[in-house]
Amino acid sequence: MAGFDKVVSSYQEALAGLEDNMTVISGGFGLCGIAENLIAEIKRKGTKGLTVVSNNCGVDDFGLGVLLPDRQIKKIVASYVGENAEFERQMMSGELEVVLTPQGTLAEKMRAGGAGIPAFYTATGFGTPVAEGKEERTFDGRDYILEEAIKGDFAIVKAWKADRYGNLVYRKTARNFNPLAATAGKITVVEVEEIVEPGELDPDQIHTPGIYVDRLIQGTFEKRIEQRTIRPSDNA
Amino acid sequence: MALTREQIAMRVAQELQDGYYVNLGIGIPTLVANYVPDGMEVMLQSENGLLGMGQFPTEEEIDADLINAGKQTVTMATGASVFDSAESFAMIRGGHVDLTVLGAFEVDVNGNIASYMIPGKLIKGMGGAMDLVAGADNIIVTMTHASKHGVSKLLNNCSLPLTGKGCIKRVLTDLAFIEIKEGKFHLIERAPGVSVEEIIKLTEGELVIPAHVPEMTF
Repeated sequence: MAGFDKVVSSYQEALAGLEDNMTVISGGFGLCGIAENLIAEIKRKGTKGLTVVSNNCGVDDFGLGVLLPDRQIKKIVASYVGENAEFERQMMSGELEVVLTPQGTLAEKMRAGGAGIPAFYTATGFGTPVAEGKEERTFDGRDYILEEAIKGDFAIVKAWKADRYGNLVYRKTARNFNPLAATAGKITVVEVEEIVEPGELDPDQIHTPGIYVDRLIQGTFEKRIEQRTIRPSDNA
Repeated sequence: MALTREQIAMRVAQELQDGYYVNLGIGIPTLVANYVPDGMEVMLQSENGLLGMGQFPTEEEIDADLINAGKQTVTMATGASVFDSAESFAMIRGGHVDLTVLGAFEVDVNGNIASYMIPGKLIKGMGGAMDLVAGADNIIVTMTHASKHGVSKLLNNCSLPLTGKGCIKRVLTDLAFIEIKEGKFHLIERAPGVSVEEIIKLTEGELVIPAHVPEMTF
């Protein structure tokens, strides 16, 4: 590996340096666009005491949910956590600290973290439990609360395609939090379905420029579907 | 008769306008998409990063990379766009969405809404609801007027943790269409066959009744 080539050869190498009690920012919405092999590697590695920042926490046996049985997650910052029995048990018993954060605020916290903005005002959550302990300020007659940016020791990201320089393209709604997570990791690790040579991706179509990406690996994905909703075939 | 879920959705659909960008919450609000009037174009925003949500896919069309905010597999309508979560909430917080429809456990006379948590019972999180109520000007809350035991959900003060403060102006229940202004509920329409007295009985917060309260028509 040399120059701008970000490709690593194993998942072990991809997550080298991830240690107990670190903060990991994860892309994904539900099970869509999650770095499923990187999550599996964290499970295998047995890293503990993690603070995980992610919109959701997977389901019992897939996604970030697989880190729960061995108590690898100490604290989670998420907007919605309702699909997971073990999660609920650990939350109710106090084993797992949960910081419920509005979805748009969570996205903006990651964006700000990656963009060098330490905090921002938002009307979201004013006058609700989310505002507790936060600075409030009025602009043009509207009330806002101050929300702080989030940075991670690691960010784990799933993209569709990349070139070896780490320029990324996402696919459909699997994009979600991934481009934001990618900017907010001290070490950003990305797994993709396909890696091509530099120059093969159209520069106008790149969603995440390679400057944000530290390590890149190609994987195979189960892409589990959470709610399989269909309509009858048109010609049925 | 109290409105059915479908009738609530049909009544909300009457508030749609051609060219509207609309965010529909999970549950009854989602049904509104089934009643878009003929010849009208609306585009549905799904806060996980899709503008122009289409119908459910056929078995052959299913794509794990294409879901809505309820995590259901969907398709894209013609002219759709996809984007990241920060962009999605920039649209929402920035007031670019023309109409937001979402459910609630409680609303009160000051336009407060509680919809995301029942302490000790239901702690799943607010998802995008706090951003939606804080960012949108034009919101319709759909909910049942009272619990099965006849306890009003239209209150003087919300008892549950708030999703948003002072942000709700219109509520459509199974019994009535209500506006909230100047610290009071105002009865605008009633469900067919539901009496004003019945609505008064099931509304805890102060309710202003005009001389004539029309029945909803579908």
